[in-house]
Amino acid sequence: MTLMSFVRKNAFRNKRRSLLTLLSVSFSLLLLTVMMTIWRAFYLSDGSAESAQRLIVRHKVSLGQFLPIAYRERIRSMPGVKQVVNESWFGGQYKDDKPENFFAQFGTDPKELFQVYTDFQIPPDQLEAWQKDRAGCVVDAELAKKYGWKIGDRIFIKGTIFPLDLDLTLRGIYTAPLNTQTLYFNNTYLDEGWSRIKGLVGFFGVLADSPGAVPQIAKDIDATFRNTDRPTKSESEKAFNLDFIAMMGNVKAFILSICLAVVFATLLVSANTMAMSIRERTREVALLKTLGFTRGTVLGLFMSEAVTLAAVGGLLGAVGAVGIIFMVAHAPGIGLMLAGVKPNVGTIVVAVVVGAAVGALSSFVPAYNASRRNIVDGLRHIG
Amino acid sequence: MAVPIQYNIRNLTLRKSATAMTALGIALTVATAIFIMALLAGLNAAFKGSGDPLNVLVLRKGATAELSAGGVDRDAVPVMKELPGVARDAQGQALVSGEDLLVVVLPRNDGTGETNVTVRFLTPTGIAMRPEVKLSAGRWFTPGQHEIAVSKSIHSRFAQANIGDSMWIGKGPWNVVGIFDTGGSAHDSEIWGDVNQLSSDFDRPTFNSVLIRATDPVSADALKNRVNDDQRLKLNGMLETDYWAKQTSSGSPIKFVGTLVAVIMAIGSCFAAMNTMYAAVAYRSREIATLRVIGFSRPSILTSFVFESVLLSILGAAVGILLMLPFNGMTTGTNNPVTFSEAVFSLRMTPIVVISAVVFAILMGLVGGIAPAWHAARREILVSLRD
Repeated sequence: MTLMSFVRKNAFRNKRRSLLTLLSVSFSLLLLTVMMTIWRAFYLSDGSAESAQRLIVRHKVSLGQFLPIAYRERIRSMPGVKQVVNESWFGGQYKDDKPENFFAQFGTDPKELFQVYTDFQIPPDQLEAWQKDRAGCVVDAELAKKYGWKIGDRIFIKGTIFPLDLDLTLRGIYTAPLNTQTLYFNNTYLDEGWSRIKGLVGFFGVLADSPGAVPQIAKDIDATFRNTDRPTKSESEKAFNLDFIAMMGNVKAFILSICLAVVFATLLVSANTMAMSIRERTREVALLKTLGFTRGTVLGLFMSEAVTLAAVGGLLGAVGAVGIIFMVAHAPGIGLMLAGVKPNVGTIVVAVVVGAAVGALSSFVPAYNASRRNIVDGLRHIG
Repeated sequence: MAVPIQYNIRNLTLRKSATAMTALGIALTVATAIFIMALLAGLNAAFKGSGDPLNVLVLRKGATAELSAGGVDRDAVPVMKELPGVARDAQGQALVSGEDLLVVVLPRNDGTGETNVTVRFLTPTGIAMRPEVKLSAGRWFTPGQHEIAVSKSIHSRFAQANIGDSMWIGKGPWNVVGIFDTGGSAHDSEIWGDVNQLSSDFDRPTFNSVLIRATDPVSADALKNRVNDDQRLKLNGMLETDYWAKQTSSGSPIKFVGTLVAVIMAIGSCFAAMNTMYAAVAYRSREIATLRVIGFSRPSILTSFVFESVLLSILGAAVGILLMLPFNGMTTGTNNPVTFSEAVFSLRMTPIVVISAVVFAILMGLVGGIAPAWHAARREILVSLRD
């Protein structure tokens, strides 16, 4: 019997207690993994290489205000700018106003959209068909799958922000690296349907010739339009997405406090279990010491037990988190912000390490006390 | 005969550390659940209580929010003033208010970033139609001037919102001249200014919305139908109370994530409680056998242990409630997807929230305690005595 197998056997000695502790720890660390994954998705990921080269240019005051389409060519002529496309959020209703049936709709320029969003793939013949049909639209593959749309289907969108409805024909299905759940149609449909919007667009998507050029381009664009009656605010695509998240409220604080509560709860559970387990084996510890095991070894044995249990719990929890994240990413509403998010190996490793650390910390005091107890007192102890 | 409660209480105090740790674990779960519920209760209170049942809100046909493109034609307002059932003020003027909305971006004071804030442009008539709104400092804006009044919450949560500050809105600076208190209604997230001054800045042919005050609830309903059915006007009329009630959907991301977090934590806590109770049963194995020998029946042993588990969780709930009390009344904001701007609300630990938390804890105690209690009740007496 090696020390490792001794630890292993003792960790699962009382199967019921070990199982319950494992389950409790794994649920807590599942939550921790979910929180860490969300944090990473919002604040740490740099986005794809293509995304890093894009900017969003919107009205300085609010996304709800429009910009003149004339800005497009002026932006295009600026140094470092490769492509520009105009986009207008339509925000209409498909079928009904239930959140499950909500998806983004943008009016845009079919000739420019895929030039800017280079990570979107679409068969060239479908793209051509869309460019030729003023009432055509293209949708993301996952959205098409969700509603079972095929090329040639009619899609009817009721207008809520704008006083017109859209009667579109599906001309193309594109694939995007992240599930964008979006429908793009030709902006001229809006212009012709409601004269008051003619010449006005929601915002611009800009492709820079390199990620490094993005900050300077943003400054240049804002400086150009600063003193007009429709000033702009330009920022990288990533910063724009972060602004959206920040609107939800103090998200960072919320996530951090949940993480803290979870780690603390795990600590309590693990400490409770180890205390119970160690108290039961007082006589055993004394026996071990008479056999010649040192105090240090005894301490190490107990702490290893706790670390093993908690680390395994961490692994189970992290794996379970994959399922939960999948569920959240496909939830109506909030799922849009977490599209394509998955816990990565790094996050799982962190969960296991946190589990191990918590196990070690929680077992230290009872294990230390047990290792120091007088042998004779220990042998005399009646469980 | 039931096992005396004293037995359970004494046993909980006997193994203080185990009791304390389990109770604390439950307390954390309960505290999280209270936090989520208080957030949602606060959001609901901000919107459900909003709007006056005598007011009818008129929007462009097909619009569901005031902030939609296009709006109510200005020519429609005189028509609406002559509709039957419209209330009049002391001077005989019809209580009909054409209003415009604009959204501005302001940085939050707590450094969490910028967000959209709604600026509502109206007339003094419009102010009169909202009797729950009262001026708490300074004065109302003067018609014809670039002046604004901010709500108390906006004043405390955002920079540039003190009396004397000026904010850039639209085409120029507007001066803050007053602070108003809305008593927690949805207007608590707004800034108010003069609609005619905005019109001369922007040359808008429409109003974003028109508010009509009816003389009584029956007239309000009749007015709403009249506006909806009128073919010439092409408008969407609804009771103001209904409009605001719909906006509680701002809480849905919080509700979803919050429920998920609370459920996961609860399951974890159940297992922890189960663990503690199993250990208690094992520790008191001989005691239980003795109780059985004396004459206590199996069901009474079962009930006693379940009760002990529930007692433990109630203790946890009490600690959790205490932990959350300092947060009661804390104001915060989130994004309202209908108006696309900040919805201000405060955490509200209502009696329902507290009771729900206690029930939640009791449930955890029940689920966690039933298996060990069953185990305790089923053990053979002789086996347990020999343990």
